[in-house]
Amino acid sequence: MIGCVDRSPWIVHYNCNSCNGCDIELLACLTPLYDLERFGVLHVGNPKHADILVVTGSVNHRNARVLKNVYDQMPGPRMVVAMGACGSTGGIFADCYNVLGGVEKVIPVDVWIPGCPPKPEAIIDGMVRAVQLWKANPAFQPQGGAARMSLIRRPPASAARPVTPAAAAQPTQNEEADPDGRQSS
Amino acid sequence: MMTNMTQVVIALVAVLLAPAVGALLQGIDRIVNARMQSRVGPPLLQPVYDVMKLLGKEVVMLNRTQILYAWLHLFFLMLATALVVLGQDMIMILLVLAVSTIALILGGMCVRSPYSRIGSQREIMQMLSYEPILVMLVIGIFLTNGSFMARDITLAGKPLLLTLPLIFFAFLLVTAIKLKKSPFDLATSHHGHQEIVKGITIEYAGPYLAVLEIAHWYETALVFLVLAAFWATNWKIGILIAIISYGIEILFDNLCARLTYQWMLSHMWTVGLGLSVTNLIWLYWK
Repeated sequence: MIGCVDRSPWIVHYNCNSCNGCDIELLACLTPLYDLERFGVLHVGNPKHADILVVTGSVNHRNARVLKNVYDQMPGPRMVVAMGACGSTGGIFADCYNVLGGVEKVIPVDVWIPGCPPKPEAIIDGMVRAVQLWKANPAFQPQGGAARMSLIRRPPASAARPVTPAAAAQPTQNEEADPDGRQSS
Repeated sequence: MMTNMTQVVIALVAVLLAPAVGALLQGIDRIVNARMQSRVGPPLLQPVYDVMKLLGKEVVMLNRTQILYAWLHLFFLMLATALVVLGQDMIMILLVLAVSTIALILGGMCVRSPYSRIGSQREIMQMLSYEPILVMLVIGIFLTNGSFMARDITLAGKPLLLTLPLIFFAFLLVTAIKLKKSPFDLATSHHGHQEIVKGITIEYAGPYLAVLEIAHWYETALVFLVLAAFWATNWKIGILIAIISYGIEILFDNLCARLTYQWMLSHMWTVGLGLSVTNLIWLYWK
């Protein structure tokens, strides 16, 4: 079953705070010239159907919660791709008072695609690497057995994913503590 | 007369073969679609890869009732396939197919997602649009053959297409709805994924989405079989007709935008039903 993962990665795309440059490039990859569908990639609008979450733009206090929610709705195994300079590090907006930084401040990121915006070849390469990582790492195998009735995700014990507890918990706390200013954390 | 044991074997083989046919048809469908848009397109077995991947994913559900409806949808489609292959009563087959669609609708209705409910309501509208035409088709076959049994489809000795030409065109519209093609792709927005975010299937994830995909393979195979049955006296010509009809559906899928359900309902009840009734009147007075 897991062998078919690299043949049909379905992506869902979330625009955090992007200038739309990356979004247009991502959509351009689905057009006849680049044709991501020949690798089985489908652009689904629904996190519950998706395998790869592509995030463009920098994360801020307002959309961190939404991004976490989209990520939580995806059934595992799942991959996160941070696309573009802003998605990777916050880009030129990194020092803004409302910006938290890259996507990895909120959810664990597996592949970073650099560029402003990234070249279509880089985007395709990023998708291919995401599914290769997924296939190579046994920690991404589904837990199986017990059905998850609630959509609130608790981190499974077996999944050894690089997430620092501070990064996961920080955004909402910041927002509640001080909605106007960015805290030095 | 076939013995019971042979009948069971035939039904089992059909139930196992139908999804394979449906998956292949959908694979070809996706490649032809891509070529029409001057793309390379996915590999032939892409629908199989998709389902294999979905089966391996984590189990996420909102409630158990929804999952039961997904299984019922699949089960009644399997039952309908078996009944068709065994040549049973066509009114019974229509009923079983309707129950299968109703299970899908209830599955979409039993969650609180608004998109799922919009999808279900549109599915009801689709059912309202195509069911009368299917009934007309069955009546037309009865007027030709004098029998409601699917096994007597060649009883009149001439192909159905010659006695039911107008109903065939009406059935092409039904085909577009059942294959989730534009301009009637309303309940799932199968190709335009963003419109109502896959509508009726929005809350199904992982293995349960795979169940619905496999059910759609059965649907595709059944529609193909009915199209081929319009020239049942010679199956080679029948399959050719089915392939051409499928090609026309793909062409229209690429030509048309999706339309509203009001448009679908009004046109199916005027054009589709008008064609069917005209055909029946002609058959009756002939």
